[in-house]
Amino acid sequence: MAAASSSVVVVGAGHAGGQVAVSLREQGYRGSITVVGAEPVAPYQRPPLTKAYLAGKTDVEGLLMQKESYYEDNDIELVLDDPVAVIDRAARVVVLSSGRTLVFGDLVLATGATPRTLPGTLSLRTIADTDAVRARLDGPSRVVVIGAGFIGLEFAAVAREQGHDVTVVEALPRAMARAVTAFTSAHVVAEHEKTGVRVLLGTQVKAVRTGAVELADGTVLLADLVVAGIGVVPNAELAAGAGLTVGDGIVVDAHLRTDDPSIYAIGDCARFSSTRTGGRIRLESVQNATDQATCVAASIMGSAEPYTGLPWFWSEQHAVKLQIAGLVDGHDHTVVTGDPDGGRFSVFCFRGDRLLGVESVNKPADYMLARRLLSAGGTVSPAVVAAPGFDLRTYLQGGAAAA
Amino acid sequence: MAKITYIQTDGTSTIVDVKDGDSVMRGAKLNGVPGIVAECGGGASCGTCHVYVDKDNTRPLSTMHAVEDELLYCTASPRLDNSRLSCQIPVSDDVDGLVVHVPEKQI
Repeated sequence: MAAASSSVVVVGAGHAGGQVAVSLREQGYRGSITVVGAEPVAPYQRPPLTKAYLAGKTDVEGLLMQKESYYEDNDIELVLDDPVAVIDRAARVVVLSSGRTLVFGDLVLATGATPRTLPGTLSLRTIADTDAVRARLDGPSRVVVIGAGFIGLEFAAVAREQGHDVTVVEALPRAMARAVTAFTSAHVVAEHEKTGVRVLLGTQVKAVRTGAVELADGTVLLADLVVAGIGVVPNAELAAGAGLTVGDGIVVDAHLRTDDPSIYAIGDCARFSSTRTGGRIRLESVQNATDQATCVAASIMGSAEPYTGLPWFWSEQHAVKLQIAGLVDGHDHTVVTGDPDGGRFSVFCFRGDRLLGVESVNKPADYMLARRLLSAGGTVSPAVVAAPGFDLRTYLQGGAAAA
Repeated sequence: MAKITYIQTDGTSTIVDVKDGDSVMRGAKLNGVPGIVAECGGGASCGTCHVYVDKDNTRPLSTMHAVEDELLYCTASPRLDNSRLSCQIPVSDDVDGLVVHVPEKQI
């Protein structure tokens, strides 16, 4: 085992950055750990921002990943509200906006991503973003959401539950097109419509003006609040400035290393060589952030293994608890099980005979079992899934998973 | 506020003060109690905060809903009669002194 360096600097204090520090200490790292964040808050969970936090069901303390005293107790220095300005690879230091310099043995870039913005709209990425949106929802509002991805739709659901008038505008012909099958898209949109959310698919926004959104066909939607959920751009400028390879993210190998062997990139900002899909991919999810953080911590500790985590995702919208195991992108065939009309079903996604992933709506057990199956490299054939009465639990208990 | 005791498979126990309204899962996470993974953050969506409630428990616990019941059938450690998802047990004075056993594995 190679000797671990004596100091790790983590750039970014989100899910990925916070987890690197935690995993390093859990794995027995004894050197110094400094986590540098741009936001003024200790690492916190972002998913509840568009769910419980937006709805006022939890507060900032409820979002924090660790108890306040955790970092001091574990000798982890958190430097908040002071983003890194420059990485100086030759000198092995990072320079913060305040001018402070930090020497690193290993550097982990967990810089995250920044929402694409449209003038006249608000975004949802941080606590501060969410507070700004919440403040505008105090009275009855006409809300327009641009973008029917996870963030836009989760926000739309909460805003509607609070009684606001909500319209979602999506340029593509279906919702969450990047992430889920057409079947699930349609189901989720129908659930929104049932609650009174208007969802305009295949609809371009021409302009956002004060108090209104104008659509390409000339329709004007009056709006007290316009929220955009139109994707994010990975934060790769620091890496590019340091001469590291970037291209829709910071480019890393299967060990999550950049061109510089002592600099890693993880989470939303990292475009990594995937052992699962082949080629380089970039994922925006808690799973990806957490698992990559743990993988890099092990590398720093001297037991480097390629990153192999199985992607999984979830979303909550109205009565829909959507959970996805695996990457369903590229499927050519689906089999739906369960009770779609009753709002509880799973969509098994195949390429040829190979199971790529499973989407579950209000079927968490299917989701967990699918994760276990896919993580172990197992599969199940479309014909088996399509047989009447198929149940994943019964099937796996039959010991067929290894087939 | 309630004192909750988490006992590991090796017998190590941790006693933690958990705020009213927090769950038994969150009490463990905030205090670094090992073995409670809670991947989904507390939404009864993943089954990785599985615990065994102490057999001698007489404190009134929350009722188990269908989703929790379903998830308990696919936990990594076997489901027993006293299995619960700790994210689904809210803490109040009523459960002060509760003892839960952390299973061998969650994933």
